[in-house]
Amino acid sequence: MDYEALRFIWWLLIGVLLIGFVVTDGFDMGVAALLKVLGKNNDERRVMINAIAPHWDGNQVWLITAGGALFAAWPTVYAASFSGFYIALMLTLFALFLRPIGFEYRAKIDSETWRSRWDWALTAGSAIPALIFGVAFGNLLQGVPFYFDDILRLHYTGSFWALLNPFALLAGILSLLMILNHGATYLQLKTEAELKARSENLSAVLALVCSAIFVLAGVWLFLAVDGYSVTSLIDTNGANRTTDKTVLISAGAWFSNYARWPLLWLAPVLGVAGFVACAMASKTQRHITAFISSSLAIAMVVLTAGVSMFPFVMPSSSTPAHSLTMWDATASESTLMIMFVVACIFVPLILAYTAWSYFVMRGRLNEQHIRDNSHSLY
Amino acid sequence: MDIVDLSRLQFAFTAMIHFLFVPLTLGMAFLLAIMESVYVMTGKTIYRDMTKFWGKLFGINFALGVTTGIAMEFQFGTNWSYYSHYVGDIFGAPLAIEALMAFFLESTLIGLFFFGWDRLSKEKHLAVTWLMALASNLSALWILVANGWMQHPVGSVFNIDTMRMELTSFSEVIFNPVAQVKFVHTVSAGYVTGAVFVLAISSWYLLKGRDLPFARRSFAIASAFGLASALSVIVLGDESGYELGDVQKVKLAAVEAEWHTHPAPAAFTVFGLPNEQTQTTDYALKIPAVLGLIATRSVTEEVAGLSELKEKHLERIIRGQEAYVLMTQYRAGDKSPATINRFNEVSADLGYGMLLTAYTDDVANATAEHIAQAVEDSIPKVWPLFWSFRIMVACGVSMLVLFAAAFWHSAKRTVDKPRWLLKFALFSLPLPWIACEAGWFVAEYGRQPWAIGEILPTHLAVSQLSVSDIWFSLGAIVVLYTIFVIIEMWLMTKYARLGPSALHTGKYDLESPANVKEA
Repeated sequence: MDYEALRFIWWLLIGVLLIGFVVTDGFDMGVAALLKVLGKNNDERRVMINAIAPHWDGNQVWLITAGGALFAAWPTVYAASFSGFYIALMLTLFALFLRPIGFEYRAKIDSETWRSRWDWALTAGSAIPALIFGVAFGNLLQGVPFYFDDILRLHYTGSFWALLNPFALLAGILSLLMILNHGATYLQLKTEAELKARSENLSAVLALVCSAIFVLAGVWLFLAVDGYSVTSLIDTNGANRTTDKTVLISAGAWFSNYARWPLLWLAPVLGVAGFVACAMASKTQRHITAFISSSLAIAMVVLTAGVSMFPFVMPSSSTPAHSLTMWDATASESTLMIMFVVACIFVPLILAYTAWSYFVMRGRLNEQHIRDNSHSLY
Repeated sequence: MDIVDLSRLQFAFTAMIHFLFVPLTLGMAFLLAIMESVYVMTGKTIYRDMTKFWGKLFGINFALGVTTGIAMEFQFGTNWSYYSHYVGDIFGAPLAIEALMAFFLESTLIGLFFFGWDRLSKEKHLAVTWLMALASNLSALWILVANGWMQHPVGSVFNIDTMRMELTSFSEVIFNPVAQVKFVHTVSAGYVTGAVFVLAISSWYLLKGRDLPFARRSFAIASAFGLASALSVIVLGDESGYELGDVQKVKLAAVEAEWHTHPAPAAFTVFGLPNEQTQTTDYALKIPAVLGLIATRSVTEEVAGLSELKEKHLERIIRGQEAYVLMTQYRAGDKSPATINRFNEVSADLGYGMLLTAYTDDVANATAEHIAQAVEDSIPKVWPLFWSFRIMVACGVSMLVLFAAAFWHSAKRTVDKPRWLLKFALFSLPLPWIACEAGWFVAEYGRQPWAIGEILPTHLAVSQLSVSDIWFSLGAIVVLYTIFVIIEMWLMTKYARLGPSALHTGKYDLESPANVKEA
């Protein structure tokens, strides 16, 4: 396998890890963010929390792994995005802090105030990262201002407030709503009676809203967001020459990949179809279909963003030639190869034992079960 | 304070708080696996209750381990972006492998450990617990492979075109001797932490005369596990000393306040007051030959002193200055064979040349003063290392004595342990944390001025952030962590006081008021 193929595989693998994160951690973030919306009393909220209790920790490792894989496979992208989006990343981090302790400590003290505070902590801890990740993607699609100096130190020249522009906020809202919807489809699978009915009703509406925003964002991207294209030849098999290319900013450039390979239209089309199918399935109480459609839809949203930008992963709006692409911001060939082998061994294993853990914990939860096991459950 | 100081402070704070929770997780995971094994083998439910109760405390601790752990992974990118770019090709791999191989398994199984009791057979649940314990240790392995590489970077080479270090041998990175000794020493320290934790709380129940059968059994398991761990942590720590003598001479010399090279075999300074001004140790109490034996395993080899090491650093800084200048020329477009050949001759000292960038932007014309300053700063401050190392060793020895006594009384099957022993155990509760933090400090502060030993100076490794950005994050982290730690310790105390009654099985002392009065 040559360097070029490994680079392409790693673009796919980073995508797989990101999709793994939004599909798995997405629903537990959605459930936690809906605690105060769907749960009308403590028992209902405990049903919701215990529906994800055995799994949220494992799910969150998709995020940790995506971060680690970014570090190993695209070190410069990891360095540039994490330091460039400093304040946004710190806010994400502070929000994420609240989840592990929220889940673990909420039921440890029998007090209404105590529980209510942790409910808000869990809501914020789950909603804020979903929002910020969407805003980050919205900014990546527009390009962010940074350049490298002569020893390749990164200098980010934008501000935190500039990240909160209208297009990015729309992307953030889409990200948050699709996570909420995903959480609601998971609750359809794991709860009973009223809680289940509320989740169905929410998804039936929310999924349609998501599809509308997704289409709107696509139209906006086409009409008002300039894309990037590499106009020099990149040596896809050679060492990274991150700052030695020429890049053109032009309207509609983010749609050039679709013109070249029309099959790629499947990604956004399946995204919209997934949301619509999710809404219909929720309405007709086909819960498994609703959950799978929602998973498909959010996977396709991530894929659409990736495909539109390909080969860019972090375009520079101020110094376009320094934009990071998946060809010239990667790790060395040997590191990519080693990490590829490691991923080939462990990703299937992870999927296997994760599936087993869901199988062990299968079935719906109700309030009676919570009351019977009050001291051992969350 | 500038961005370098602030970034260092933030990293040190987050790492040291994270490291309050990690050792206990490492140790408790195995203790839980041992307790549950006894349950499965004997069928006695008291051992299941032990697993569940100590598991509750484990969970309270684990949650903050996860919370503070996320910050660690994010921070390399957020605050150390040049570091991430410069060494990510090597350093990122063990972190990613840690997540794929270990953390995923640990985090998935911890859900089944807590919530799978009624859904798994006894044997399957036991397997889950053991795998969770193994996975947490496997996590430690990969993290310490990464950390070991920072201390002693092997299996990699500088690439001038991509302006970073690149991997040449992954097996050298994994089998890095520094990483290996660090791993065994650190996980053993974790086992000691878990054992002291269980021993101290059990002793408190025994002192109070509460839940005696539960407490005695916990005491026995902790004392045996703790004795074995305390022995290994000391033996393996000694092995670390040998490794330092081999590859991290500066750290060893600073830890031992070895100002000058003395004729072999070197003496070990037990106590003294290191004096930076006079470059001597006042009131030194020395044992002849012991340092030579620890560091070189011989009586004929010398242990290098700081002043001799500085002389070597001076030579390397001057060669490094040339390497840095050639590197700049090459990157500006001068790709003549003469430049490339000369660069390759001196490139091993490029990191030493980079040290000069702390004092001048114009490395080519660095003055003699700049160079002298760089040489002076090429070794860490002596007294913090000297003292924290001795604090760690004192705690370690004290815990060894504790476990020896505790194990002796368990093995004798004395039903009523002497009260001095129980009090000794209870008051030893903070010791493993003091030792772990002190040990971590020795390892990381002793690495200065380097982020990556002799490759990348700490001051260059930071992200180009604004001072106010880092003040904001540091301030918020300090406030949040303080709140979290207070809540954690409060819950931990509350549940430790409740004891096994927290399980609500109806069998334990606090659940029936009559029993409490009798006791």
